[in-house]
Amino acid sequence: MSAPLVPAPTPVRRPPGLASRVWSVAAVPLVVTVLSVLVGAAIIVFSELLVPGHPFDLGLPLVAYSALLSGAVGNPDAIVSTLVYSTPLVFGGLAVGFGFKAGLFNIGAQGQFLVGALGAVMAGVALADAPAPIAIPLAALAGIIAGGIWGFIPGFLKAVSGAHEVVSTIMLNYVAVQLLAALVSGPLKVPRSPSPVTFDVGNAAFPIILGRNGHLGIALALLAAIFVWWLLYRTTWGFEVRAVGANPDAARYAGMRPKLITIATMTFSGALAGLAGTSVLLGVTHSMTSSFGTTVGFDSIAVALLARSNPLVILPAALLFGGMRAGAGLMQIKAQIPVELVDVLQATILLFLVASPVLRRVLRTGGRRAGPTGVDTIVASTGGEAVAI
Amino acid sequence: MDITPLINGLDGIPVLGLLFQAIGYLVAVLPPNSTSIMSQATPLALAALCGVLCERSGIVNIGIEGTMLASAFTAWVVGVAVNPMFQAAPSDIFGITIPLVIALIAALGVALLISTLHAWLSISLRADQIISGTIINIAAFGVTGYLDQLISKTSPAGAGEFTRFTPPDALTNLPGVGWIVSMFLNQGPIAMSAIVLIVGAQIWLFRSRWGLRTRAVGEHPRAAETVGIDVIRLRYRNVMIGGMFAGLGGAFLSIEATNSFQLGMTNGRGFIALAAMIMGRWTPLGAFASALLFATFLQLGQLINIAPPGGDLGSIMSAVPAQLFDALPYILTIVILAGVVGRSIPPAADGQPYERESAT
Repeated sequence: MSAPLVPAPTPVRRPPGLASRVWSVAAVPLVVTVLSVLVGAAIIVFSELLVPGHPFDLGLPLVAYSALLSGAVGNPDAIVSTLVYSTPLVFGGLAVGFGFKAGLFNIGAQGQFLVGALGAVMAGVALADAPAPIAIPLAALAGIIAGGIWGFIPGFLKAVSGAHEVVSTIMLNYVAVQLLAALVSGPLKVPRSPSPVTFDVGNAAFPIILGRNGHLGIALALLAAIFVWWLLYRTTWGFEVRAVGANPDAARYAGMRPKLITIATMTFSGALAGLAGTSVLLGVTHSMTSSFGTTVGFDSIAVALLARSNPLVILPAALLFGGMRAGAGLMQIKAQIPVELVDVLQATILLFLVASPVLRRVLRTGGRRAGPTGVDTIVASTGGEAVAI
Repeated sequence: MDITPLINGLDGIPVLGLLFQAIGYLVAVLPPNSTSIMSQATPLALAALCGVLCERSGIVNIGIEGTMLASAFTAWVVGVAVNPMFQAAPSDIFGITIPLVIALIAALGVALLISTLHAWLSISLRADQIISGTIINIAAFGVTGYLDQLISKTSPAGAGEFTRFTPPDALTNLPGVGWIVSMFLNQGPIAMSAIVLIVGAQIWLFRSRWGLRTRAVGEHPRAAETVGIDVIRLRYRNVMIGGMFAGLGGAFLSIEATNSFQLGMTNGRGFIALAAMIMGRWTPLGAFASALLFATFLQLGQLINIAPPGGDLGSIMSAVPAQLFDALPYILTIVILAGVVGRSIPPAADGQPYERESAT
């Protein structure tokens, strides 16, 4: 591992005012988002050329973006829908971000999401007729435990044999897809149903607390972000997690046990991702088809990176991506732009984010020669042991 | 040792018999499918070769999966675009047409572009290499998915695919070794060139000056720099060349193994390749051998569904959900990763950004 990366010192000529402090924190995410929107506009214009017979219209990006915006925040229903889309992203972002803090890269959020939802649907179907105050917590707990198990496996393998979590979690994503398909088209399938689908979770479904479809998960996501922040910055265990992430050798000399922390972190991270799956299943779909599964896993990585793994910053980051997902449908209807444009926007945001040292140099935030500070925060948070896969 | 009680204890399931049945099934079913196994192994081996080149010089490349996906898409879509412009009949050997060649070159170009991006992010900007690679994967999935949605509205026809060379029957019918002949010779141009590239890379890595320098930079870049090796340039070069190997593997998927593109068609091959690389101890030939093992499992997963074994073994297997066999290669990857990685030692400077000592 290279020498510890020290953040470039900020100039101390005069105490910075609030405006410049906010600017130095928000500049990069803001500029990155604006740049990505511009790149997205260019892609929309370019893609008009690809489809033969499409009338060429230079204003299409404007139509698309305004549809995206009104689909995300245009009316109260749209705002609630943005919150619903953001809920699993908060849990998922917390899962990935918590891993980052311990120097672990949990790309397996997708698999843990699926297995968590699987656990929730199995318990939920079994408890469908039980009173809601019993059914809901138990079904949610089942989802959390299932996700936790799926996170425990790579954590355990990493601690015991050194198998890198990046490859093992990705492989577990594929295994989770097959496991889900096997169960939903096998033992969990509604008998004599033409397509593979499970029973409804009935009373175990999250109650609606906001608007037309704002379910309990929204409140849980908010609480989870605060809880994870408290865990990381106000408890001994959180301190150990951050210490192991910053420098595992130093943590070991200080009497901590990095291997144990690795297992615990991956399990907790998996449990959070499992809660993401639980919130979608109990809050939105209420039953499971064999094509259950969304882009939450990838989106969670994006959320965690954009928020630099800070549990409280994850909330606005999740709202950004959740809003894009919520508005994408209207964009497709009004501008005939495939919803997959959101994936492209997200990828450009991430690319600009990783290249942010260059941006910082241009924006002159953080000193004359800022150097690679932007990435350093990410490096420092994923550092840990040598990253040989 | 008397194992009869053990066998009796298993409720009359004849374990030895099952074992023999399994071996018999493998012997019966694998050699006739050797060509398909090699086809499964080709993209894995090329991707693993990319991994070897990158990691031997100290750069971890998680973005192989995304590079392959982007190349597969490019090869297919460029083929679609240029196909109407040329009318010439395909050549007798390999079915080469001008659109296919253009498609292949475009795929390699895109792979070069992506790997240069990874090199820039991880070498020049010293970004976290795993994050850089992950973002490449996300970007490749997003962009190909978006463009595929746009283009597939018109359901266009691709430029066809490279065809396999047919070795003479006299060779493929040789008793005992005929299946080996068809495994390596009953292949298309990309699969055949993969074999050449792997052998070449093995020699290159261990018998040439560049190879020696690559290994030096991967083990101890500072020492390498003090004897006058340009660490940064060598890493750039290796990552870029490696990226083209991954691109070749991606193009194989869409213009040689099939003539179509499906969303996410790489299906984790870029990651399985990393496990093959580790199992092959960061050598091209070792990675190829591991790729063949993974390919055998990938192929078995399909064969069990197409031609299930008979007898007791068959009745046991039919009780197991088919999805288990589909998940088998991924489970195997995890098992191998957990079992082998402790004894398989990566290049010492793998994954660490290198910063030149400043002149002052």
